[in-house]
Amino acid sequence: MCLAVPVKVIAINDELATVEVRGVTREASLMLLPEAKVGDYVLVHAGFAMQIVTENDVRETNELWAEMNGAERTVGAIEALNEDERRTIERLRAGK
Amino acid sequence: METNETHKVSDRALAGKLVEEIDRLTRPLGRKVRYMEVCGTHTVSIFRAGLRQLLPPQIELVSGPGCPVCVTPDSYMDKAIAYAKELDTIIATFGDMLKVPGSESSLSEAMAAGADIRVVYSPLDSLKIAKENPNKTVIFLAVGFETTAPTAAAAVIAAKRAGLKNLFMLSAQKLIPPAMKLLLDDERTNVDGFLLPGHVAVVTGSDAFLFLARDYHKPGVVAGFEAVEILRAIYRLAQMTTAGEARVENEYDKVVSREGNGAAQRAMYDVYEAVDTPWRGLGDIPASGLRMRDEWQSFDIERVRPIEVNVKPNKAKSLCRCGEVLKGQIVPQECPLFAKACVPEHAIGPCMVSVEGVCAAHYKYGGGKFKYGA
Repeated sequence: MCLAVPVKVIAINDELATVEVRGVTREASLMLLPEAKVGDYVLVHAGFAMQIVTENDVRETNELWAEMNGAERTVGAIEALNEDERRTIERLRAGK
Repeated sequence: METNETHKVSDRALAGKLVEEIDRLTRPLGRKVRYMEVCGTHTVSIFRAGLRQLLPPQIELVSGPGCPVCVTPDSYMDKAIAYAKELDTIIATFGDMLKVPGSESSLSEAMAAGADIRVVYSPLDSLKIAKENPNKTVIFLAVGFETTAPTAAAAVIAAKRAGLKNLFMLSAQKLIPPAMKLLLDDERTNVDGFLLPGHVAVVTGSDAFLFLARDYHKPGVVAGFEAVEILRAIYRLAQMTTAGEARVENEYDKVVSREGNGAAQRAMYDVYEAVDTPWRGLGDIPASGLRMRDEWQSFDIERVRPIEVNVKPNKAKSLCRCGEVLKGQIVPQECPLFAKACVPEHAIGPCMVSVEGVCAAHYKYGGGKFKYGA
């Protein structure tokens, strides 16, 4: 029930945003995320934008989608790790 | 191609290293270490990634009451069905409610018998239905946890602004922290810490779970939904368990803040107030449900047009051990109905109905009886 999808805000008309994901556009309400602006990536839940996320997170998700559709990985090992994963690896290497 | 392989190895290496560290940390404890997740999406992710098979045997992952459909009591379903059978009514609902058994039938059976029931993607869709059908009473089945409750509240606010008089809510939204407190107050609940629900925390903020450490001395880590994200959270939990520490940490901080989404919290508490409410299998839990405030009662179908239902005892259902499953006290395989009389196509208990239900996940993924690899 609680699935949230990251999408890009491409237009805002009053409290209603047009959002785009993988070439498909649909509407999402900004009633619960009034600070969202055109160009932001947002998580949408049940038709409402709930949270702004960074482009980096979205890129990872999009690449995952592409990969599931048969594309090859486009980024290298280290680059694909996010900050947390890098920190974790460093922590582990340092034996902490 | 080379980068492709490099990445796969790296993800796998990170997961492998995390599992190794979790083992190294918890093995000296010489006992089982039990962590509970309270989010249906986590339940499914853990199965899908085969994390139980990957983790060392001393780590036990237990599922708690993380599926909103599963904790919705018979009486609510019976009411929804009774409203659905009234001629002037249109029921708008998320699709996963359709097959949930009430005491006698389900919404999908009512639908087959001619009731006007529409599956929607958003509570806002019910506004459109209400506008297009001014002579009908449109009822949205507002079921969900903190992630979903603000969306229903926002729909009510939008309906008021639009001057709609024929849209109502049948509310059974629930709050996760009070249910966790109930579990922790029960001495039969044996858990060492919690994987905290990422999407609920988007709304509530991670601070909503500070009571775990403060009042119960249990660690909790907000987790994302990828396998590595869940492993990272378990690793953090294992560190705290081993050190005897209890903190609430956030391993999903790219999405979850300490304070959460203020606008969503305001919408939710503008329309709703916390009340005692029944959970299937858990009983009444103080201040764990949401009821529409008096100033919004004209949108509350139970106050505008109350309906009485008699919840009938059902023999097959009396054997259903969903309640103990939801508390993490037994695994689904210990229920006499599991995978026999109760399967996803003919579910007796709600934990088998929803795709995020614990029983449905155990059934679909072989109940953890398969060991993959070494």
